[in-house]
Amino acid sequence: MAKITYIEHNGQVHEVDVASGMSVMEGAVKHLVPGIDADCGGACACATCHVYVDPAWVEQTGKASSMEESMLDFANEVEPTSRLSCQIRVSDALDGLVVRLPASQH
Amino acid sequence: MSGIQRVVIVGGGHAGGEAAGQLRAHGFAGDITLIGEEPLAPYQRPPLSKAYLSGALSAERLLIRPAEVYAEEGVRLVLGRKVIWLDRQTRRVRLEGGQEIPYDALILATGGRARRPPTPGIDLVGVFTLRTAADVDFIRPRFLPGARLAVIGAGYIGLEVAAVARTLGLHVTVIEAAQRPLARVTSPEMAGFFLDRHAGRGVRFALGVQAEAILPGPDGAAAGVALADGTTVEADLVIVGVGIAPETQLAELSGLVVEDGVVTDSGARTSDPAVFAIGDCARRPLACFGGRLMRLESVHNAIEGAKIAAATITGAAPPIEEIPWFWSDQYDLKLTMAGLSAGYDAIVQRGAPEAGSFALFYYRGSHLLAVDAVNRPGEYLGAKQILQKGATIAPALLQDMGKSMKQIVTEALAGAAHAG
Repeated sequence: MAKITYIEHNGQVHEVDVASGMSVMEGAVKHLVPGIDADCGGACACATCHVYVDPAWVEQTGKASSMEESMLDFANEVEPTSRLSCQIRVSDALDGLVVRLPASQH
Repeated sequence: MSGIQRVVIVGGGHAGGEAAGQLRAHGFAGDITLIGEEPLAPYQRPPLSKAYLSGALSAERLLIRPAEVYAEEGVRLVLGRKVIWLDRQTRRVRLEGGQEIPYDALILATGGRARRPPTPGIDLVGVFTLRTAADVDFIRPRFLPGARLAVIGAGYIGLEVAAVARTLGLHVTVIEAAQRPLARVTSPEMAGFFLDRHAGRGVRFALGVQAEAILPGPDGAAAGVALADGTTVEADLVIVGVGIAPETQLAELSGLVVEDGVVTDSGARTSDPAVFAIGDCARRPLACFGGRLMRLESVHNAIEGAKIAAATITGAAPPIEEIPWFWSDQYDLKLTMAGLSAGYDAIVQRGAPEAGSFALFYYRGSHLLAVDAVNRPGEYLGAKQILQKGATIAPALLQDMGKSMKQIVTEALAGAAHAG
């Protein structure tokens, strides 16, 4: 279990307890956090679950795979800490994780 | 539309679930009732023939949202109940058992049913279709190493099932009436690639031959499939994957216009302005294909239909129409597709099929129509972006492997802006 803070583009903050084994994307979608569309449900086929990982958490969340990097190339407003949240697996080590959401996923 | 207090959604699949969420996202504050025939809250259907069949994904993770979350949004879930009648005069639906639910706006998101061809023996024990989580719950205990599986139909469902079965150690034969797999949905080139990959994994194919009958064994259960060429494929279980038929019975009985799908306008309205139809069961005009009425079976179409209906009902601006997209997972191959390739006259290849990483770009003249990409997400998303903007890519640009797809798309769009 990890407490994850999702911050919408408008500043609205959502703190959610997400079970280990879920993805950061699932934690948002299953708890009605707006701003992560995740159209494909985590199949790595849409790039609509883009988030910015808080710089303090970049090491713990790991690096994007080359496939994910190729997809992020085509996301909106990409920054150095951009990730696809369906590719970040939640564990106890991510308790306290903070991610910010982009203005739009499309 | 003003004065709408009660929205009833018939169908608890991806489109129905999304419609409830989109109505709230569009600020609709009235009553929402979502009626689903299946006992589960809306769930992801694509993993059924992939990670849910293999056992990698639990039923809990299959759900788009936990059932209890709908109450938080003020959405009433009525699950495991079938709607048997739609009375458009009094604006009510009737459930099996007699209960009636009134509506101001009704959204039909009834999806489709797996087709069951009239093949003799189709109703034997051990013959399955794969459309619902319950279907997979029946199939999975029989997916044992060494079991013999016959798959009738080499579309995406058939091939995905074959891939999971081989990975789990079953013996697999795929039977297909057409001369090649994926005949309705992709090019001979891409189909040939998947045929080779499956054959390399030990899947046997019987192509260009009809399944004439499913034969019972001594215990009465399915034991094989008799083919039109006189041979028999022995099997412990048979999975029939020959597509879906749109579920349009309610619409037909109530006199709505139905032509292989409930016909709607660009705002998801059926021939009755108080009734909407979305997802697999609907046929709608697609602006990106010149307004042609099309019925698409995909997650993309389910989500887009939900957004359109929610926008019409709440009087909001319609969403920007998205280029159709789709995906399929087989072994370690992720096929992603954008656009529709029908009518292409040339294919441009980028990458290496032998390395399991390539994309095919379909053109009509100089106009890019679609992309099919295997383990090439950049090519897929890049081409999708180009298609979304109504632009194209010069084939020579694509063949320059020294350039990344990002560079290619940037150059193609710059060229389009210059030309425009």
